This record gives sequence, C-alpha cells and structure tokens, in this order.
Amino acid sequence: MNFPILSSLILLPTIGALFLFFIREKEGNNTTIKYVALFTTVVNFLISIYLWIAFDQSTSSFQFIEDRTWIKGFINYKVGVDGISILFIILTTFITPLCIISVNNSVKNRLRDFLIAILIMESFMIGVFSALDLVVFYLFFEAGLIPMFLIIGIWGGERRVYSAFKFFLYTLLGSVLMLVAIISIYWITGTTDVVQLYEIGIDVKYQNLLWLAFFSSFAVKTPMWPVHTWLPDAHVEAPTAGSVLLAAILLKMAGYGFIRFSLGLFPFASEVFTPLIYTLSVIAIIFTSLIALMQEDMKKLIAYSSVAHMGFVTLGIFTLQQQGIEGSIIQMISHGLVSAALFLTVGVVYDRMHSRLISTYGGLVSVIPKYSILFMLFALASLGLPGTSGFIGEFLILMGAFKDNFLVAVIASIGVILGAAYMLWLYKRVVFGKLLNEDLKKILDLNRSEYFILSCLAVPILFFGFYPDPLINTIEVSVTDLINTHNTNIASK
Amino acid sequence: MENLNLILPEIFISLSIMFLLILGVFKNESSKIIFNLSLFAILITTIITINETFSVTRETLFNESVVIDSMSSLMKIITLIGGFLVLVISSTYLKTFKIYNIEYPVLILSSILGMMVMISSNDLIVFYMGLELQSLALYVLATYNRDQLKSSEAGLKYFVLSALSSGLLLYGCSLVYGFSGSTNFDIISNQLNSEEYVLTFGIVFILVGLAFKISAVPFHMWAPDVYEGSPTTVTLFFTIVPKIAALSVFIRFLYVPFLNLIDQWQMIIVFLSIASMVFGAVAAIGQTNIKRLIAYSSIGHIGYTLAGLATASNEGIQSSIIYISIYVVMNLALFSCLLMLRRKDQYFEDIDDLSGLSKNHPLLSLCLLLILFSLAGIPPLAGFFAKFYVFKAVLEQSMYFLAIVGLLSTVVAAFYYLRIIKIMYFDKEKDKFDSDHSLWLKFSLTVSTILILLYFIFPSQIVEVVSRINII
Repeated sequence: MNFPILSSLILLPTIGALFLFFIREKEGNNTTIKYVALFTTVVNFLISIYLWIAFDQSTSSFQFIEDRTWIKGFINYKVGVDGISILFIILTTFITPLCIISVNNSVKNRLRDFLIAILIMESFMIGVFSALDLVVFYLFFEAGLIPMFLIIGIWGGERRVYSAFKFFLYTLLGSVLMLVAIISIYWITGTTDVVQLYEIGIDVKYQNLLWLAFFSSFAVKTPMWPVHTWLPDAHVEAPTAGSVLLAAILLKMAGYGFIRFSLGLFPFASEVFTPLIYTLSVIAIIFTSLIALMQEDMKKLIAYSSVAHMGFVTLGIFTLQQQGIEGSIIQMISHGLVSAALFLTVGVVYDRMHSRLISTYGGLVSVIPKYSILFMLFALASLGLPGTSGFIGEFLILMGAFKDNFLVAVIASIGVILGAAYMLWLYKRVVFGKLLNEDLKKILDLNRSEYFILSCLAVPILFFGFYPDPLINTIEVSVTDLINTHNTNIASK
Repeated sequence: MENLNLILPEIFISLSIMFLLILGVFKNESSKIIFNLSLFAILITTIITINETFSVTRETLFNESVVIDSMSSLMKIITLIGGFLVLVISSTYLKTFKIYNIEYPVLILSSILGMMVMISSNDLIVFYMGLELQSLALYVLATYNRDQLKSSEAGLKYFVLSALSSGLLLYGCSLVYGFSGSTNFDIISNQLNSEEYVLTFGIVFILVGLAFKISAVPFHMWAPDVYEGSPTTVTLFFTIVPKIAALSVFIRFLYVPFLNLIDQWQMIIVFLSIASMVFGAVAAIGQTNIKRLIAYSSIGHIGYTLAGLATASNEGIQSSIIYISIYVVMNLALFSCLLMLRRKDQYFEDIDDLSGLSKNHPLLSLCLLLILFSLAGIPPLAGFFAKFYVFKAVLEQSMYFLAIVGLLSTVVAAFYYLRIIKIMYFDKEKDKFDSDHSLWLKFSLTVSTILILLYFIFPSQIVEVVSRINII
C-alpha cells in the first residue's frame, strides 16, 4: 500500500492546528474551535485504528515504512511501525480527543491557542513513536518541549513559571548528550537509520558511552530517581489536559526509547548497566511510593505514583525476559490510561472546588456517587487489582523479574503493597469519611462530557484487564524477535 | 590583462558611492532618493556578483593579491543581502530620530565595499585596507545618533578598542611578513613551517585582532556597550554584516597562510570557541536591555561558528558558513521585531516592555517566540539545524569535549531565551504598541520567520550551495 498513512497521522493534527490558527476567537463562543480540534483528533484516532487493523501481527519487521530523502546523503525521513510502537500511537490518538473534550471546564482563556498547542503536541508525539531514524526521532522528541512549555506556562497554576522552566531545562539538559551520541553513531557506522543499525550493530567498545548518553535523556524523561523532581512540579502546575498528556504519553516516550534504542542498539551495554537500572528502579518504586504516602496534594500524589509505576516499567524492560518487556509495554499503556483517568478525576473536583488538597475533601461518596464509583475503579486499576489492566502489566513485570533476579523482584513486590496503601488511603480520605466541608454539599456530580471521558477510559481499562490478548498479540512477535536478536548478539561475543 | 569582470561588483559599488556623495552635495532634500538609489546599487551589485563570480571556482587577480572563489562569492552575496535588508528596514527608525540623512546609506555602502575587499583578499595589505575601510565606516555609524550621549560613547569605545585590535593585527602581520618575506597568502603558506616558534606570536596577534572584530571571548568587551549605545538599526548591521566578513577572513587566514601550522592555532580557536559559548550563555542571563542581551547572545553564536572552524576540515568550514547564514536570518527577524516595539516615536528596549505582548499582539509575539526558540536551538526550527551541522563536523573530528561543552551551554542559553518568552506569554500585559509599520519591516519579519519555521522541509538546499566551498 502506497498511501503514506503514518505521515498523514503525523501531519493531520498540525493541519488542524493551522485551521484553528485562521479561525478568529470570539468571546464566549468557542464551539467551532473546539469542534474543529475534536474532529481532527477523532479522525486521527480512526486512522490509527485502521492502522491497527491493517497491521500484520505475524511479523516483527517494520510496516507502513516511508523512506524519503531529507538531507541528501545523510538523513532520510523514515517512519514505520512495529508491534511495539503501534500501541503507543493508538494510545496517543486515543488520549488526545479526550483531552480536548476535557478542556470545557478547565481552560478559561485563550482556548484556541491551547488547542493549537495540544494538536501540535499530538503531531510530535506520533512522530516520536513512528520515527525510524535517530535524527528524526530526536527532532520530534525535542520539538515536543515547545508546546508543553507553553501549556504549562500559560495555562498552569500559581507556580507555573518555575515548573515550566524546570521541565524545559531538565529535559533539554538530558537530551543534548543524546544528540552527541546520535551524531557519534553516524560517524561510527555511517548511518542513523534504525533498521540498518539493527543489522550492522555498533562496535562494542563504543556501546557503554553511547548507552549512557541515551540513558541521560531517557532517565530524565521517564523520569527515574534521582532526576524525577521536575515531574511533580510540572504535573501539579499544568492544567488538567496538560497533566494528562504529560503522564499518559510524554513519559512513555522514554520507556519506548529504552526498548527501541537502548536495548535494540546497545545490547552489550544494556547487559552491563542492568544492575544500575535495577537499583534506580527499585529505589524509585520504594522511595517514591513512600513519598506519595506523605503527599497532601492529590495531583502530587498521582505524580509520585507515576514515578513509581515508571520504575516498574524500567525494571521490566531490563529484565530482558519476554514477560518483563511485554509487561512493561502493557504497563505503559495501562498507566497511560489510568494516570490520564486519575488526573481527569482530580481535575473534575478541582474545577468545582479549586483545591487540590486532600484535606479539602472527604465524604464525597454521599454527594457525588457516580464520580466516586469511577474514581474507585481507577484507584484500583492504579494499584493493580486483578481484572484491571494495571494488574496484567505489574504481574508480567514481576514474573520477568523473578526469573532474572529474585531479590529485586521481592523488593519490587513490596512496592505493589505500598502502591495499594497510598492509593487506598487517598481514596479513603477523599471519598469516604464524614462530609465536614460545607462547600462540598453543593458540589455537582459528573456532567455529560466528564462522564463520557471517564467512561471512555474505564472501558479499555476493564477490557484489557480481563482480556489482554489484543495487546499481547500485537507486541508478542516484535518482543520475541527483540529478545532473540539480543541473545544472539550477546552469544556471538 | 586582468579579467576585471571578476571585481566588477567592487568597481560598481565604489562608483555608486562616489556618485551618491556628489548627488548628496548638489541636491537638497535628497535623502530619500539616495536611500532608494543605494538600495538599487546594492541590488545591482548582488546581481553582478551572482552573474560574474558565482560559477568561478578559483581565480586570482593583481599578482594574486585578490582571490575570487566559491567562498568569496557566496560570502559577498550574503553580505550584500544582509546590507540590503538592514538598509531597507532602517528608514522608519531613522526618521523617528531625525537622522534620516544621506550619510547613512553611503556609510553602509562603503563598509560593505570594505568587507567585499576583505573577503576577496589574498594578501595582507589588501586585507588590511579592506578592514580599515569597513571599520572607519562602522565607527561613524556607531555614533550616528550624535545627539545621544550613549551613541557617541559607543562610537568612541568602538573606535579606541578597534584601533587597538588593528594595531595588534598589524604587528602580527609584520611578524609574519618578517618570517615569510611576502605579504601574499599563498607564498606565506609555502614559507611557513612550525619550527619557527616566534612565528606563533605573529599568528596569535593576528588571531587576537580578528577575534576582536568578531567579538569572541576574551576580546568581546566592546560588544555589549557598542550594541546598546548604537542606533538599533546600526546594531542590527553590527550583529550580522561585519561578522560575515570577519568570519570569511578568519577562514581564509586559518586555512590558506596558516594551514601548515594547524597545531599552533587549533588550540586557540577551540579556546575562543568554548569561552565564547560559555560566557555568552552565562553573561546574558542577567541582562535587562534587549540589545545588550543580543550582544551576549551573538557572542555565544560566534562561539558555535568558531567551533566549526576549529575542526580544520571542509565540513567544519561549511558548517560555520551555514551557521552564520542561518544566524543572519534569525537576527534579522529578531531585530525586525525589536523595531516594531514602538509607541508614538518612542522605541522600547527593555525586556520588561515585552510583558504580556502575546495578548495585545499575538502574531508579533508568535514570530518572536519562534525566533527565540530557534536561537535557542530547539528543533524543528532553523537554529537547531545550524547547531546540528556544526556539531556534526565537530564530532567527525572526535572533538567530544568541544561538542559537549557547546551543547551544555545551549541549555544555559535556553534559559535566557525562555525568560523573554516567559515575559511575553506568562506575564500581565502592558499598553499596546503601534501597529502601523512599514511594509518592508513586515516583509522582512514575515519572510525570515517563515524561513526559520519551514527550514526543516528543505534542509538540503543550503547544504548543497555551501558544499561547493572546498578550501583545504
């Protein structure tokens, strides 16, 4: 098939943003703007669903490849998907329309600019997940900083300036070393094409340094302990839609990068640095779970829980076991859905009460029951209750970890318990208990759009919790192939 | 008989200068005509340059003291285009300060002539002549707003420090002459070898003089004051046009007469480059005046350009030229924005005046946003590619330290660019600025912003043009 489906996925949101740019913003009447944005993203979602249907699950090679000369004799614009990346693309196209619906309540001024930023962000994120050339990947990876910086800075909360700067500079600092590594790879091997690099491989003597350079970027973006501190700030200050994008998709770029580049390009270095990743992941899981327990701000608590969950992801990736990597991918997808849902649920009460503090709330169950039920579902999914997608991911990761390193797996399992503790305690303090705050009595239950968004998220969480086969089937061949190549690479040395 | 066609651009521009001067003397109220005629003259000169010299690979004239090759013709074209655009967007600003006089275009033309001579020079004496011609014109331009104390101060400072650097340069030239017995670059190149240790002094003096001209750290001290004090349009001229000329002279010196002494000068260039990148990034953080900030940022950008030169490879030279071309476009766009910050005959130069610009002037601030992100080197804007090519060349030579320091200083530099964006987008709005700008100003802003934004679609073109330059 010759139709450039991936490029159109990447370009369509930008074209939508361009349309928005020429629509004049009117006071109070922004329905046209919103519908244009919504239409664009829904069409994009449908295209990506078509992509999933047309995707051939029986092969691990890249599909829908587009390869065009870009900088002559140096870089080709090359995109394509395999079983690993396609799920992230669908996650992106699925979450973005929900974000756009959710802006109804949370973004009051300059709605048009906000939607333009979100649409451009979507383009960049799809670009990251489909790029098959290191430079193209870097381009998309970095370009995402611009809209996100503006989203946090313009529409954020009180400390938005500080958070936006911290977000931008931290991630930029992490990424510049990756750029050095990418250019060095070009001079070592003569190409930046990922598919070719998989075939020819990179000389062992360079791998450790290159791995570290990539690691510096991905570790900041994941975020791994101890460079995770930008995340709580950015999450707390960003508007709800921004937090959702950040948690659901931006963090996954790094996990995806670890699988695609760190494992794929530097097999030896990945073996060498596995203990480092294990240590940092375990610290992240235990330490940030404990921090999450102590939080008084709901968004901050969820932000720290994200760090802990991403700790599981990195742990799973570097077990280098089939289960571990599959678990990590599913955990990322699941965390994308669950954290998005949690930020949206917090957003719902924040829009009504303008407070994120846990102490403001209490006894919500008696005034807004629908909300409480959905909140419970998401809280349970976050702590990994069987029957939700969170369980599948964590379970597979721990299985992989037990195969590889017993001690690490045991410590990580403690993290699961801590996860249950902070999530349930949060739920208890917000939803149960006595209704002490008088203002809460007038609080309204979910309106139609909120109900719609949260149900949209609840369905896949439950569906994949009971029936994860569609996910596993999609990624299985690619992951098996990744591990086989890895093992042959290691064995050949 | 020499083929005078090759220096037809220089001949034409000098004749135009004389003609315009005479016209200015004999005709009253002639500033407008002279402005237009000098724009026309630059345009014609550009066309002549493209026609006569663009396809020339390498020709020398006048006992090999003037060289016309692909680099000189390309650099001349960039200089001319830069000069043209500066002149074309100056008029409103000059009228506001009532300095819309005939001297301004004539001075700009003569400094351009000086630069063209510099760019083509293949001989120490020709080079020095061109350098002084452009410098003298620039001193006067810096003081052009003579009713303002700051402008006079800027000109004086520039004159004193520049004269000092010219002195150093001359001393270096005489040392080199003493050792090689010739002022011709090619002959010097054959005569020099690294056994003569005193010769290193000569090279160092010449490099110091040149570093002064492009304001590389630690010879940058004049730049912030001069940039701040000069009229804004002159500052724009300072930040782009002389840099192009000085850069090409730099390239010529390093890679023709001093090519055999690479070990001696490479360290110096690496040092200048690192110092400029780091200092430019750090010192700009505390600035409150936009023109001062641009001065420091231009110091930083010169550092990146020098990083390309330090590689001692054709790739590196090409990447430096690409860098300076993209930098010219970005600076032009930045100054176009700056010239739009006008409220009833008053121009604003403080960063705080930008506060909340995005609410009152969404388009202008969007342009400024793109320009600043591009200057910070964030993909997919043009500024990223400029840095990318430079670091590609640097890493080809395995100069990891230079690359890493350079990239880390982009992170520091990103901070002060972000600060401006923060003030524009996150802060409370102030009064509106005037929006009746001249067509040319709008034109230059639009075109340069579009170039910056859409450069990533056709990145190969500029690379292809520049790849014809093979010095080594």
